[in-house]
Order: sequence, then C-alpha cells, then structure tokens
Amino acid sequence: MNKLKIALNGIIRENPIFVLLLGMCPTLGTTTSAINGMGMGLATTFVLICSNMAISAIKNVVPDNVRIPAFIVVIASFVTLLEMVMKAYVPSLYESLGLFIPLIVVNCLILARAEAYASKNTIINSMFDGVGMGLGFTIALTLLGAIREILGSGSIFNFKFIGNNDGILVFVLAPGAFIVLGYLIALVNAIKNRKN
Amino acid sequence: MAKLESSLRNMLLSLTAISLGASAILAAGYAITKEPIDKAAALKEEKAIKEVLPDGVSSIGEAKAINIDGLSDSFPVYPASKDGEFVGAAVQTYSNEGYSGRITIMVGFDRSGSIINYSVLSAAETPGLGAKVIDWFKNDQKPKADIRGKNPQAKRLSVSKDGGEIDAITASTITSRAFLQSINNAYEAFAKYKKDNSIQ
Repeated sequence: MNKLKIALNGIIRENPIFVLLLGMCPTLGTTTSAINGMGMGLATTFVLICSNMAISAIKNVVPDNVRIPAFIVVIASFVTLLEMVMKAYVPSLYESLGLFIPLIVVNCLILARAEAYASKNTIINSMFDGVGMGLGFTIALTLLGAIREILGSGSIFNFKFIGNNDGILVFVLAPGAFIVLGYLIALVNAIKNRKN
Repeated sequence: MAKLESSLRNMLLSLTAISLGASAILAAGYAITKEPIDKAAALKEEKAIKEVLPDGVSSIGEAKAINIDGLSDSFPVYPASKDGEFVGAAVQTYSNEGYSGRITIMVGFDRSGSIINYSVLSAAETPGLGAKVIDWFKNDQKPKADIRGKNPQAKRLSVSKDGGEIDAITASTITSRAFLQSINNAYEAFAKYKKDNSIQ
C-alpha cells in the first residue's frame, strides 16, 4: 500500500507540472500536440525511473560536494542511451520527438527528484517515485498538448475534426502554452480548494 | 554503509568511477545500435529516392556528386532510367538558412526539370510551425503552395512575399525561403548533371 501511495503522490498531490511547477521548459516547448506531449512524457518517465534507481544505488559512494555533476552524468548517459535506442529501433517516433530528447538532460524535474528523493531513499521506493512522477508528468503534458492541439490545429491525436482550417495560431506558439498552462493550474487549484 | 566524506581523494575517485562507468555503458550502447541506426538511415534515404522519382522507374544509378558555384558541399544526384533511357533524377539537397540547423531534402525532377515530389530527410524546424515543411509544399488542398509540377528552369521558385508564386508556410517565412532555396539549388545541380552527361 505504501508503495502505491508513493506513486500516487507524484500523479496527484505533488503533480510535477500543476503543483511543483518543475520542468517547464520542455513542457511549454513540446506540447504542440497531444501525441508530442505524450511521447515526451513517456521518454521522460523512462529516464526518470532509470536515473532514480541508479542514483539511489550509488548514493553512498558519491560525496556530497560532487553530487550534482555525478547525477548529471548519470542522467545524461540514460538520455543518450534512450536517443540511440529510439533512433535504431523506432525511427518514426524518433523523427517526431528526436528534437526534444536531448532536452531531457536539463529537465529540472529529473534532477530535482534525484536530489530530493532518490539520494535519500531506497532503490525500490525511488523507482516508485519515478513511476509516479513520470506518469504525472505524462498526464499533464498530454492534457496540455491535447488542449493546444484542439484550439491550435483543430485536431486531436492527429485526427482532424475541423476541415482545412489552420486553427488559432497563438495556441501552437509558446504564448499559447503559457495561457493554457495558467488556466489548467487555476482549474487544478480550484478543484483542490473545493475539496478542502 | 556510511556516506563517503567529501575529501579531495574521495571526490576524484567517485567522479572518475562514475564517468568511466557511464562511458563504458554508452560505448556498449553505441556499438549495439550503430548498425540498426545506419540501416534505418539508409532505408529512409532509399524510400525517399523512390518516393520522389516518376512511376515505373526500372533502375536507379549510383549517386554522382555535383558541385554548384558558391556552395562548398556537393549535391548527390541519383539518375533514374526506364528501359535504358534517362527519365529523371533524385537530388539530395540542403539549406543552412532554416530557422534551426540544416534542412536536408530529397527532391525528384523529371527529364524536363519539372518537380515530381520531395521528401524531407532531416529538419529541426520549430514544431507546429516550420516543421510543417514536411508536407506543406505537396498538399493537394493548397494548390498555391504546391511545388509539384513546377519547373524552376524559367523562373526560380520563391515565396509570394518575395514576388514569387509559392505560398509560404503560415508564420514560417524563413523556413519556406530556405526550403525553396534548397529546391532551386537542387535544380542547378540537376541541370549541371544533364549538361555534364549531354542529356537534352
């Protein structure tokens, strides 16, 4: 039960996007469509789980003063590995996401979880934290991408439901990401306040 | 096990060990994925060549590198023939004038130099905007942006903003200019190839 709680924590109570506001750069940049948001979310989840486990495993042999460079090396290795594997075995997915994969290295969500959670907890707990945080990130990005895609391109998951219309351009651009994210956070907060 | 103290020796050893471990894993990953990656790239190129050439091509010749004035990198030209006769060619072209990094494109011309089709091999343009270059210029529903069937011989392709007749991608004029420039360059290379091999 405890493990489930750790995972759920990342999805709802401490959702990285809507509550912790971590990893905003890839969030705003990649969510031009639902599928891009989901792909980015899943790629980040994979890196997050791997790096959380690895960092938890090596936490005792890393002196405090050099922990940040050590964590970055671990994270960057997983990202590079992921990039090579995607390029080799799923080139079509790589084509649409390839641009964003290197960005995962500098996603502060991953470093924040390494610092705040994995470097203090056991490997198993860190894995569940990675799963929860990753899924929370994926859900938020997919939602954001879906809304921007509906308003900006008139389609959902690449399925066009408004004829040959170009949509509201601003929602495809970065300002649209800020606007949609702002309203989503307000909505999440409103729901949370009503519950209390 | 207690946490290691932050002494100079410990820090050096720990970082060195982690970096070595990471390098070893990456080297192994590279060795394993190199072959599939090359294969995927070759497959994509082959598919792109087929896509941009006329129907019923019986054989595609070896690539011939053509240089055009003012540009340092050469353009590989893949001649296509049908029953031994030259029917057109696929030209791999590029532009460094895009919004972010180099755009590589495969474009096909028929014997007279009319564009048959194109295929973007690699581009890093803005997602949702410049990235539309992948199919913007071959859309049946946007005839004013369609470059298929156009022949750059009489008049070089350019966007309507620059007095041309091609509609640029909405809010991505820089990408559109880079794209059309690369197509024009490909045509130069194609024309030079025809001249070199005295094809009329």
